[in-house]
Amino acid sequence: MSLKKNVEALRLKKAIVEKGGGDKAIEKQIAMGKLPARERILALLDPGSFHEYDMFVEHEERNFGMDRKELPGDGVITGTGTINGAPVCIYAQDFTVMGGSLGLKHARKITKIMDHALKLKMPCIGINDSGGARIQEGIGALAGYGEIFYRNTMASGVIPQISVILGPCAGGAVYSPALTDFVFVVENISKMFITGPNVIETVLGEKISQENLGGARVHAEITGNAHFYALSEEECFKQIKTLISLIPHSNDEKAARVEPKKPKSRKKIENIIPNDPKQPYDVRDIIYALADDSQFLEVHELWAPNIVVGFGRMNGETVGFVANQPLYLAGVLDCDASDKAARFIRYCDAFNIPIITLEDMPGYLPGVDQEHAGVIRHGAKVLYAYSEATVPKMTVILRKAYGGGYIAMNSRHLGADFMFAWPGAEIAVMGPEGAANIIFRKEIMEAEDQEAMRQQKVKEYVEKFANPFVAAAKGYIDAVIEPQETRELLLHALSVSEKKYDYRPAKKHGIPPF
Amino acid sequence: MADKKINPEELVDFAVTARKYKTLLTPKYKARKPWTNPSPYDVQSSIPGTVIKVLVSEGQVVKEGEPILILEAMKMQNHVDMPFTARIKKINVTAGEHIPKDTLMVELEPAD
Repeated sequence: MSLKKNVEALRLKKAIVEKGGGDKAIEKQIAMGKLPARERILALLDPGSFHEYDMFVEHEERNFGMDRKELPGDGVITGTGTINGAPVCIYAQDFTVMGGSLGLKHARKITKIMDHALKLKMPCIGINDSGGARIQEGIGALAGYGEIFYRNTMASGVIPQISVILGPCAGGAVYSPALTDFVFVVENISKMFITGPNVIETVLGEKISQENLGGARVHAEITGNAHFYALSEEECFKQIKTLISLIPHSNDEKAARVEPKKPKSRKKIENIIPNDPKQPYDVRDIIYALADDSQFLEVHELWAPNIVVGFGRMNGETVGFVANQPLYLAGVLDCDASDKAARFIRYCDAFNIPIITLEDMPGYLPGVDQEHAGVIRHGAKVLYAYSEATVPKMTVILRKAYGGGYIAMNSRHLGADFMFAWPGAEIAVMGPEGAANIIFRKEIMEAEDQEAMRQQKVKEYVEKFANPFVAAAKGYIDAVIEPQETRELLLHALSVSEKKYDYRPAKKHGIPPF
Repeated sequence: MADKKINPEELVDFAVTARKYKTLLTPKYKARKPWTNPSPYDVQSSIPGTVIKVLVSEGQVVKEGEPILILEAMKMQNHVDMPFTARIKKINVTAGEHIPKDTLMVELEPAD
């Protein structure tokens, strides 16, 4: 055969694989409101940048009639390409090929591209759309999952790992996304659960729909398994591209620097916070007033909204913002908010991203459900994450910093590099009302007009202690600043922290309160 | 960049220690179960499952440690035993019934 004929034969062979499960199955996929696997990759990557590998990999299962079954690409597409010019490894499960089910060879294609990503230090993106383990392959499929989980763990904190859930993702399949850094879900398309509605109904008699059990909204709002929620695949891909542009592509580099831009927020930073400490505001307005171009990519927007975390840029460089949100639950820390903040802080620390903490919180959430849900060990994660982090860490106390919350939110005592406080900040062991009730209990009890005495003592406490100057006098606060100075001071603090080196004792690893 | 307006009418009073803050509640917070002190005379299901067999009848005095019923869950036939000697006041489940977690299966009363 001439080379020309060989090339023609190759093209034919490739075209067959590229058809996946065939026209009918692709039609079905589209009817479900989903893009075919290959189109998803092409939509996410820069045009013309995708190159596929392992197209001709075949499964080796011989039981249950599998010897007569041909599965193009074994149900998964793998390759490399670029996003905004940055190299990435990518795989996409093809639901049109035997439901995207995972057999050993399917898994080995995935682990191969993961190994590639880890060795070549680039992000790894997995598009999940699979009915789960290929039951015909038995424990071969389980072995495949295990090999993926192992690599997820090895790559954790070295390269960014992104999971995109664009279809069902059930049973063992959910644990790879759970081990990765960021999980993206799309309304009506994503479904994640360990055991599906059918099993739950047969075993337990509980009736629930797939959507209510593990739909996109459930994971974005209730479980916190998903970090980003979108209404369409298109919106989801846009979010991924924005994220990739903001984060470093491995742990031995920094995020790409872009042209610095001034905030374009219309709200003046000094006018955002109400004078009455009991009144809320949206802390994201403060972030918009501080961040370059007022751009902020919020992570976990719907889950535990009482704390806000996400990425923005300061002077062209990526920073992580962690901010109490008085608009929800008065900005308290609870189990979920602690988990959310701690994980984000560890992400920033692993990938050389400085952390800016904006503090306005009344303490931990009181309640039996919180105590029984383990708010002690969950809350401890925040202390651990801040203390452990060696990236530049700066805090601005906007308003309230009471008690355990004051310590937890990147205080000087946990190793903050810079502590700033606005002049109206209340840094105290607890809220003035509570403190006055305890300290002046006797005076209040013995007074003729108890309420008047209580009010007077609260006022005294506010004047003496609910301000930033007690902490500043002890050196716990480096500078009491005017709101308008905040951005300039943070930019300065970031620029002088560039070569920060922080000593940590040698260890195999710590034991965070997981 | 969102520029959302806060609607003051949606804000609720939220007490953290001695001070009440104006704030919004999350759906998860609203859905939380209020705490109730469990009565030792209430026998509740600790796991969802199927009642296979009820081994006692109402009015009967049953000794501590003796089985009250069998609850099948997670492919195991779990014996639910008497926590202490008492009289069976009321049985709220029947054999074959699927029950969720925390179902009040049997109510007890002092034996004498």
